[in-house]
Parts: sequence; structure tokens; C-alpha cells
Amino acid sequence: MITLNVNGRDHQVDSDPTTPLLYVLRDELQMNAAKFGCGLGQCGSCTVMVDGQAIFSCVTPITALQGRKIKTVEGLGTIDRPGPMQRAFMEEQAAQCGYCIPGMMMRAQALLETNHNPSEADIRDHMRTNLCRCGTQMRILAAVRRAAGYMREAKGTGQEQGTKS
Amino acid sequence: MVRRILLAIVLILVIGAAIFVALGWKPAIAPVDRPQASAFKPEVLSRGAQLAALGDCTVCHTAPGGRPFAGGLAVETPFGTIHSTDITPDPETGIGRWSEAAFKRAMREGVSRDGHHLYPAFPYDHFTRTKDEDISAIYAFLMTRQPVSAKAPANDLPFPLNVRFILTGWNLLFLHRDPVADDPSQPEAWNRGKYLVESLGHCGACHTPRNALGAEKRAHAFAGGVADRWTAPALDGASPAPVPWTQESLFTYLKTGFETQHSFAAGPMAPVVSDLRAVSDDDVQAISVYIASLMGPVPPPRQQEGQRAVEMATQAGLGFTRGAPDQSRDEPGAALYASACGWCHYNADSKGSSFASRQKLGLGSVSSMPDPSNLIHVILEGIPPVEGEATPIMPGFAGSFTDRQVADLANYARAHFSTRPAWKNVDDAVKAIRSGKDIDRSASRP
Amino acid sequence: MSALKSIAAAASLFGQTPGDPEPAAHVEAGTGPSRRSVLVGGGSLVVGFSLFGNQALAQEGGQNGGGEGTGAAAHPEEKAPALPGSLKTNPQLDSWIRIDADGAITVFTGKAELGQGIKTALSQLAAEELGVEFKAIRLVTASTGVTPNEGYTAGSHSMQDSGTAIMNAAAQVREILIGMAGTKLNLPAEQLKAENAAIVAPDGRKLGYGEIVAGQRFNTQAQPTSKLRDPLNFTIIGQEIPRVDIPGKVTGGVAYVQDLRLPGMVHARVVRPPSYGAQLTAIDTSAVEKLPGVLKIVRDGSFLAVVTAKEFQAVTAMRALQVAAEWQERPSLPNQSTYYKTFRSLPSDYRLILDSHAPTAPAAKTVSATFHRPHQSHGSIGPSCAVAHFTGGKMTVWTHTQGVYPLRKALTELLALPDEQVQCIHTEGSGCYGHNGADDVAADAALIARAFPDKPVRVQWMREDEHGWEPYGSAMITELSGSLDAGGKIVDFQFEVWSNTHNGRPGPAGNLLAAQYLEKPFTPAPPTPIPQPEGGGDRNSIPLYHIPNAKVVEHFVKTMPLRVSAMRGLGAYMNIFSIESFMDEMAVAAGADPVEFRLRHMEDARARDVISKAAEEFGWSSWKASAPGRGRGFAFARYKNLGAYCAIAAEVEVERETGAVRPVRFVAATDSGQVVNPNGIRNQVEGAIVQSSSWTLFEQVTYDNTRISSRTWSTYPILRFPALPDTVEVHIIDRPGLPFLGTGECGQGPTSAALANAVANAVGVRVRDLPLTPNRVKTAIGV
Repeated sequence: MITLNVNGRDHQVDSDPTTPLLYVLRDELQMNAAKFGCGLGQCGSCTVMVDGQAIFSCVTPITALQGRKIKTVEGLGTIDRPGPMQRAFMEEQAAQCGYCIPGMMMRAQALLETNHNPSEADIRDHMRTNLCRCGTQMRILAAVRRAAGYMREAKGTGQEQGTKS
Repeated sequence: MVRRILLAIVLILVIGAAIFVALGWKPAIAPVDRPQASAFKPEVLSRGAQLAALGDCTVCHTAPGGRPFAGGLAVETPFGTIHSTDITPDPETGIGRWSEAAFKRAMREGVSRDGHHLYPAFPYDHFTRTKDEDISAIYAFLMTRQPVSAKAPANDLPFPLNVRFILTGWNLLFLHRDPVADDPSQPEAWNRGKYLVESLGHCGACHTPRNALGAEKRAHAFAGGVADRWTAPALDGASPAPVPWTQESLFTYLKTGFETQHSFAAGPMAPVVSDLRAVSDDDVQAISVYIASLMGPVPPPRQQEGQRAVEMATQAGLGFTRGAPDQSRDEPGAALYASACGWCHYNADSKGSSFASRQKLGLGSVSSMPDPSNLIHVILEGIPPVEGEATPIMPGFAGSFTDRQVADLANYARAHFSTRPAWKNVDDAVKAIRSGKDIDRSASRP
Repeated sequence: MSALKSIAAAASLFGQTPGDPEPAAHVEAGTGPSRRSVLVGGGSLVVGFSLFGNQALAQEGGQNGGGEGTGAAAHPEEKAPALPGSLKTNPQLDSWIRIDADGAITVFTGKAELGQGIKTALSQLAAEELGVEFKAIRLVTASTGVTPNEGYTAGSHSMQDSGTAIMNAAAQVREILIGMAGTKLNLPAEQLKAENAAIVAPDGRKLGYGEIVAGQRFNTQAQPTSKLRDPLNFTIIGQEIPRVDIPGKVTGGVAYVQDLRLPGMVHARVVRPPSYGAQLTAIDTSAVEKLPGVLKIVRDGSFLAVVTAKEFQAVTAMRALQVAAEWQERPSLPNQSTYYKTFRSLPSDYRLILDSHAPTAPAAKTVSATFHRPHQSHGSIGPSCAVAHFTGGKMTVWTHTQGVYPLRKALTELLALPDEQVQCIHTEGSGCYGHNGADDVAADAALIARAFPDKPVRVQWMREDEHGWEPYGSAMITELSGSLDAGGKIVDFQFEVWSNTHNGRPGPAGNLLAAQYLEKPFTPAPPTPIPQPEGGGDRNSIPLYHIPNAKVVEHFVKTMPLRVSAMRGLGAYMNIFSIESFMDEMAVAAGADPVEFRLRHMEDARARDVISKAAEEFGWSSWKASAPGRGRGFAFARYKNLGAYCAIAAEVEVERETGAVRPVRFVAATDSGQVVNPNGIRNQVEGAIVQSSSWTLFEQVTYDNTRISSRTWSTYPILRFPALPDTVEVHIIDRPGLPFLGTGECGQGPTSAALANAVANAVGVRVRDLPLTPNRVKTAIGV
């Protein structure tokens, strides 16, 4: 049994310890956001956060994640109470098929949690690990900028959402 | 008596200082107007382009995201940070007002047009051996680039290293201006290769160990050095490659960046082979001939090790079993290896394998190096994609794995993808590299 | 019925999933298909309503679904050719709109959501014409036996076909409701109006739609013309209604077939051969059978798959089988370095596409050029996936195919089952951009489910499967020649194109990948060209410019060295790249500005408008290179010469030393006819520009003599964030009341030529071979 802390909740998992986190999230915990894209850490569709950093869940075995804090899109907010990153993506209509978007959001979240005021070059460079095939990148960038603004505002009023868990 | 002796000492010091100043002081060379492109023959320009690629000018003289040759790259040395400068023909920030004589002096003596000394991060200790006509061709090539105005950031060096004049001493001690001598007993390609490797190619700048003053130890040429905190493997008989290199495999590796019995070029070597694509096959072949000769004849134990490595690499491994449980699966690092690494680096030459060219870990030198620094670098940082080019991509695991886990993984790889004894103090090495420092190589060797 | 039961069970399962915004398509489909029984109830309906007012939106254009696919399932019969849009093939109003007794409104479309936002746009049309709130519309997308058959969701036809049908059907239903309410209220129809899901009388009395219909069906065929609302009064059409699917997609909802979790569902992976045509000669499966979770190994000829309890177990077992399998491969691929030469020498059909003559001034200058395009990959980010459930002799497949009816046709042939025993339910997948692995993985799932019945089987391809086995966009060669008179006007234009088919879709079972590897294999259908006016390899080969003498020929190459089929834009991408690059070459020869040169030859007023708009918004006339290596380029096309108009101006920066091309900005102008959702149009065109930039600058499938070698993102690099332009602007020219013009593919071609033209402008060299890699551009520049 391996204990995984996902979005603040502990889950007991009895999968093989070599199982990549992605399959445990989807298959055992029935979470949808992280997606299988390449299984090789080359596209970013499976991106989640571990201890505040963006990682590829398709190549990270659960045995490496005992006692660490995992965050997924499901931990950013809900459809009724979306977090700043989710709101930003909705407001910018930053999706076509949307398959890559959860990975994009987690990748961006990891940046914004340490830097509320990234430059355009910072964002583009940080996001280079993640691929979008529909060509929605201009909107994704707009959404990340917008989310950064929300996070700055929230910090200003002391009501920051999506801080490091 | 004492006064006399003191006077004599002072006199000697003053004379010594005067000689030192006389030797070190270099006059400015008068500025010229930038020559027209028509002043150079097209064949000289294209030869210059190839030689500039061979000399890896852009590797150091391009900042990340910056224009080629415009400089600004921060080069970290054990002594501090030095910034490369603009070598485009911009009249203010570049070499637009340099005569060919000034350029030649810089290449030969490490002195700028205005007379100030250049730091040997610029490998003039190699370029000094470049033939006149080759320097002329590079000059022609550089003077016909598009000028870019780009002022390099100030260097960050402590006193007294920030006083350039002290380089006079360094040059006195370490700058050997002897041309590369031909060996008539060797074939022409070997001699050509030797010339390119020792002069423009400046291979030793990374692959030769350096002394406390940062100069290459000539007695240990090509015994392995350091590049950007990565270990540059030995190119002599101590080459760590599991399968001994041959002239043919070196050529393929240098020309394409990948060789099936060895590895992909990664880390600081990646831009070098990227540049070599522009170089003629003949010259790359010549380099291969010479490097292969440095490595010498392969003794039988090395041959056997190579055969073993190939056999290991074609056996089914963790994650790619034919169904039987792998004996190593309970070792620390095994589970990490199985799903973090095994998807690409699976150790089987499966006939149904889907990846045409992937790195078989047991064949690359990364697990067989004398120290774990390159393996740790690549685990933490991965191999980033090159925009729009078909190049290897490996995700970095800095965010995924703790120091302990990275060390477990490195130890596992050493145990299973190399025949060499275990490294020591891998944990310390991981900590050092993660915090941006170099590792203590002697402490990590087996 | 058990399939339906499991769907219902799945629906309740989804109900527990946090953040599930919107029931997925399969859920809607599961609760939908009882039309037949409802039709029986209810008395006769008065259909003698008047249909005055606006003319129905007449549609130009070819076959439903872009002319792709073959057979009746791909091209449903036109039962009523006079009707607008897909009403031609599905004239019954009940096929499109159902109103329940409780007032719930369900709209059916035979088209699929592919990430292009049609669920939102089609709902807007229905809501507007029915006079209800946007939120009141429940839309059911492509599902066999449930929705109308509209062939493929392809060729930028969704709005033209389905949108037009739904808009007219909704308007006609509204008028029927008014008529029925009039009868009930004893008032003439003219005095009644439809408002907020009710028919309102002048005296304030109102009847809700549910009340009026009272569970009856309309049971009537649509009329050729409808009383459409005046575009000036639109309140929903033309609005930027947010996409209905985005909230779920960004909060972890069940959104894709990949997310389906049916009760008892098992997982499978297919062990694909290492190369085209490889035969499985031997395999010892005994050890793999003992791996954890392995339920069954399925083998039929060279089709090999493994079924497991958990997904990762399937992946592990698949890898083990890959190691265990012995294949006989044969070098079936041509030498890539000499591919174009080989391709030209293959036997081909000569197809004369256009041959027009008119007297002109004598030719003063002649320009000619040859262009090449390699095979390119759809490269969906999510590998293809399907879930199949075979129980009680009935096969249900949840699939992201572009055509549920043609897929069903193929599966019935593959499985030897009658139509009524196979149901295909469209469930969204990752964006496809044409014919990717969607149909093939559906066939995989169906074959495995038949061998492992009574449990839903989920199959997802691996990345290397998608990259290695999807049908690519065909490699193409074009040869152009044009003459100018002394005044710089084109007097003569010759265009020849060599292309494979762009139409390898099912219909025929032999077009499904797995079918070709069975013990008793199916043979792929012989390739057929897609006729004009849509065209396949010849799509957009006829310039829209006014050219007195023009000859266009397609050499339809029937041998397909690589597996090919429809990829976004089909031949249009390459033909527009060629023609619009060549227009610049002729403009140079004429000494003319590229924009002015295009306008000089353009008579179509709407085309002139988008060209002028893009040039103006870009600042074409006042543009100057702000830095060395900067250049500007322009291109225009009307997709298929029938769909949306699109003009694009691009600014690039070329690094002379490396040949690297960086797009700086794009400014596009489009005319898609009546705008339904401007944000949706901008999203499509922005996406087309970025995607086409990636195709144009970076992409080519690679192979050795036996195997495809571009099987990951490392070996098939596409655009990443740092290569994006600084800005992409899309300006829309709205044409209220005019027909919808397909927009989804209109940007692919113009982007490629705008880039090539900008490169030529920046560094003075013309690169005619795609992709415009740094190496190629640098070689053209020289030292």
C-alpha cells in the first residue's frame, strides 16, 4: 500500500509501485484532468504538481511520491467555484479540443505560485514542455497572463487562492 | 651590506616589472573601416563559414535567445563569470573596426584591438596554432555578417583577476605559440585531424584537465575535463565508452549527433555536434581519424567489455520482461527506473520496438563515466527540445524526485548499465548539482 | 438492451464525478432514442402553416461531409434536394428537434464536436429561431440510430450542412408551434409571437411549447423555405456565447472518450507490427499470460492485442508482447531522399480540372516554379481511443470518429453484423484535424470486444501507434507556370499537381487498419478522387483570380507508398501554398506590390474585401522592416472556392546565420457569411494559423526503407511556445443573412504562403519545399 496525498486528501493505493502516477489518478482515483499524451514526458498533457513543481505524471512512479503533495486541476477549484487559473481559461475561451489544457494549467500554476509577475518570455519559456496541436497557444498565454493578474489581486487582498499546499 | 642586498632585490623587482610590463603591454591597432563583402572571394567566405562552425564561435558568442555571434553569454569559470563579446562587425560593440591584423592578434595572442588582454575562456591558447589562411577566412566570414549592436554585460571576477594585466603572466606560463607539427609518418587525414582538433576545434578546452590557474595540463592532454559542470569524457585510452569508439562510429556521432553503439550528444556537446553539421565530411572524418588514434589500440579486456555491453543492451530488462519478474526489482531505484526511464531506455532490442533511435543506457557512456555528474545532470535537467528539429527530448526529473531518489536512480543505472564499480558519495553529488555547484569529482570516483 | 443499461449506469456514475459540467454525448444519446415510440402518440398536426418572409439560406457547395468517404453511409441520399442544408438528406423535422411535454427541447445533429465549438454554435442557431434561451437547448451529437446521418464532420461543412438544417428546422418548428397555439387560442397566427419558449397572444395569454406539443411529434417534412428571423433582430446568433464544453474541460469533468469509465470496463492495448505489412510469424504468449491483470490475449492473424483489468497492466503486457513477438518485415517504403522523383514516376490518372481560354494581350514574361510537400502528420495530442461493448449480439462503440454512420457501415462489414446490431456513439476525443486513428482504434476495440464479450473494453493507442499508423496527409508536388502581359496582367496560368488520394476513410471495412492484418484480411478500397467543386488533391487548385487562360491538371497517383487520407484542408493546403507563393513570384516579375497584384486580378467583391481588410489592419502600405531579417508576406484563398474567404498578412524575422524563421505577427481577415459565434470563428482561424505555421516551418514524416521513424514528438517535432508569433489578430467581416461559409480549414493554406512570401521578402530567397526548416532556408541564403 502506498499513501498518496492528492489535493490535500490521502488515498491508499495498492497498485504496483512502478505504476506511473497518471494511471493511478485516472484508473484508481477516477480523476479525469491529467491526460495520457505520449507516455514519454515529451508533450505535457499529463502534467500535475508535486510539492509545488510541475512534473510529468506519465513517467513518475507512485513509489516516488509517498509523503509528497500532489496537486491536479481538480484541486484548483470546481465548476461552480473555479479557481483563478480555471476562471482565466474559461474567460479567455482558451481551448479548442481542450485535451492539453489541464496539463497547460498545471504547468502554468507551478510558475505562478512562485512568480506572480512573470514576463512574457518567462511564460513562453516555462510552457515549452507542453504541446497544443489545435493551435490555441495564443489564448493559453492570454489565460496565463490573466490568471497571474487574478493571483496578484488576490494576494493584494490577502485572499489568495491556489497557494502552495 | 643589507642595504645593498635590498637595493639589488628592489632593482631586480623593478627590472622584472619593467620587463613584465614591456611584455604585457600591447598597443592598440588602428581602427579601419569595415571591408566590403566584395573584398572577399566567395570560396574564402564559405571556407570561413565552415571553419567558424568548426571553431564553435556561436556556441559561446551567442546568448540564449540572442543573435548569433552577438555575444552576451555568461561563461562560468572556476574563477568567476565572464561574458562573451560581440564578434559581429558592429563598429561600436563588435569587431567592425578591426583590421585583419587586429583579428589575427586576438586569435594568436589573446589581445583585443585596443590592446587589452582577453581572458583565456576565449581559447586563444588553441587558436594561436591556427594557420594564417584559416584565420583570414574566418575574418572574412565574420566581417560579412550582419552587424548587431550588443554590449556584453560586465564580467564578474574578483580582484586581482579583474586586472587584465595579470594575464601577461598566464600567457608567459601557458601560451605556447608553436604551430601544430605534421607527422610525416601519419596519413594526411590524421595530420589534418590533429591540426583541427588542436587548433580551431579546441577539443582540449573541455576534454583536457586544467591546473589550478585554469590552464590545460599538457602532459594529460585529452585525459578528460570539465565543461559547464559536466564531465567531458577522456578522449585517450581512458575513454569511458562501453563499446570502444572507432573512427567510423566517431564520424557518425560527430556528424549526426547519434551513434547506435554509443549515444546521443547531450549537455555541452550538443551544440558542438550541431555546428559540425555545417562542416565538410572530410574535415569531420579527419577529426575522427585523429581522435580514434588518441584512444589507441583497444586491449582485449576493453573489447570484451564492449561485447558484454552490447549483449546486455539486447536483453529484455525491467519493464520489458518477457513476463518473468526481474531480479533487480527490489533494489532501490529499480521501481523509479522502471517507469521513469524504462519507457524509452528499455534494455531490449525488441524486434517490434517502436522507436527507431533511442538511447540504450548500457551503450552510452553516461553510466560508465568515472564520476556521476553527467548522469545526475541529465536526470535532473533532462534534454530539452530544440525548436523544430528532430532531436532527442528527455524530461527533467528535478521536480519529480528527491535527492535520495536521484541518487538511487544513478546508483541503479551504474549497477545495471555499466560494468564498472559503484560511484561514491552520489548523494553529495546530487545535492551539489541541484544547487548549481560543481561536484567533488575525486570524492565520487570509485 | 444491456448496452443501454450500462450506459444508464455509466450516467449515474458520471453523476458522482465532481465537476462534471455537462452530460457527455453518450449520456444524452442513451436517454434519447425513443423517437419511434413517440411518433405513434398524438393526433394529427396542422402543417398548413405559412412560410413567408426570408428565403431559406441557400447553400452552395458539394456533398455533405466535404465529399470524403465512399458509399451511402458517407453520402446519405438526398431525399429532398430542394431543402436547405442537411434537410436534403434528413427532411423530417422530428429528426432534428424534439419538444417534450415538460417543455424540454432536444436538438439533434449528425455532426460531431471536434473541438471546433459546434455544440455551442448549433445550439445558438436553434435557440435563436425557436425563440428560447440559449441554455434551454439540449444538443445531441452524432450517434447512429439517434441523430440524422450527416456523413462526416469534415470539409468545414458543419455550419453549412447542419447549421443550415437546424436553423431552418427551428424556424419551421416555431411556426408550427404558432399555428398550433393559434388553433388552441382561436387566434390567427399573425397575431401570435414566439417568446421565451412560449407562444404569446396580444391579450397576454401564453402557451408553453411543452403544453402546445403535449408529447406529440411534428411528423412532418420540412419545407424548402422558412420564415427566418431578421438578422437585425438576432439576440443569440452573432453573440460570443461561451463554449458549453470548456467549463467541464478545465475543471476535470468527464469530457472525452478517454474519460469513459463504464461499469466492469477492462483495458486493452494492441501490439502493432513494427512496419507496414509486417506479418506476425511467431509468439510465445505463455509468460505474458501470467503477468498481473492479464485477462486475455487476442490474436487473429497479425492482429495482436492484450486485455487486462487495469490500464497500466495493459501497457506493461503490451511491451512484453512486443519483446516476445517475431515479425517478418519487408522493405516496402521508398527511399525518402529521392521520394519526389519516385512519386512522380508512379502510375497516375490524368484528371483535367480546368481548361479555359479567352483572347488576351501577348505574353511578355513567363515564370515557372515547382513546389514540394512531404507527408505530414495529424499528430493529435491525445492518442486515439475507443470503448466497445459486445453483448447479446449487439456491438456498441463509443468513438471520436468523424462519421458515426460510415464507421458503423465499416464495422458491420468487419464484424459481419447487421446495421441494427451496431451502434456508434460519438464521444469527444482529442482534436483530430482530419482522419487520424479514431476509426482504426474503434475497429481495434470492436474486434477485441467481440473476442472478450460482455464487458466494455477501452483501447487507447500509444503515442508511437498514433504517429506510426495514422493515415498521413499525402505528399504532393506542384508545377506552375504563368505568363504576364506587358502591363503586368496574368494572361496564362498552368498548374499541375501530383497527389495521392486524400480520402482513405471507412465506409469499406478494408480501410480500417486492423482489418488489413486479420487472418482473413480485408483489402483497402481502391483510392478514388473527390470530385470538384470540392476536390481532394485538386482542392483549391483553381485560382479564384480572374485569369483568361488557365489549365489545371491533377495527376492522381494511385499507389500509396505511405498510408494516407484526409488531413485538414486536404490538397488545399499545398495548392494554396503553391499558388499564393507563385502569385508573389509573378508580382515580383510584374514589379507590383503583392497586395495590389492580387486585387488587380480579383473580381469577387467579398474576396477583395478580405484582402483589403487584412492589408489595412496589418498596415501593409506603410510597413517598413524594423530590423534586419524582417519581412512581410501576404496570401489569400477562399477555401474550396466555396467556403470562407481568408486573407492573411504575416511578418517574420529570419535569422540569416541559421535560417531560422520566427513568425512575428499575423493579421487575418475572414468572411464566413453570417457570423454565428465570432469568438468561435476567431478561435478556429487563430488555431489554423498557429497549426499551419507548425506544418509549414517544421513538419515532415520520416522513414527508412521499412519503418516509419517519426514516431514521437522528438522525431516529429512540432511548434512549441517559444516559436509562437508575438500576436495573431483575426478580423471578421460579418455578412448578416448570408449563408454560413465553412471556416474550420480556411486558414491552413494562406498561412503557409504568407510565411513563405515573408521569408522571401526578408532574405530575398524563395523556398518552395516544405517545411521551411532552418537548414533549407540557410541553404537558400548561402554563406
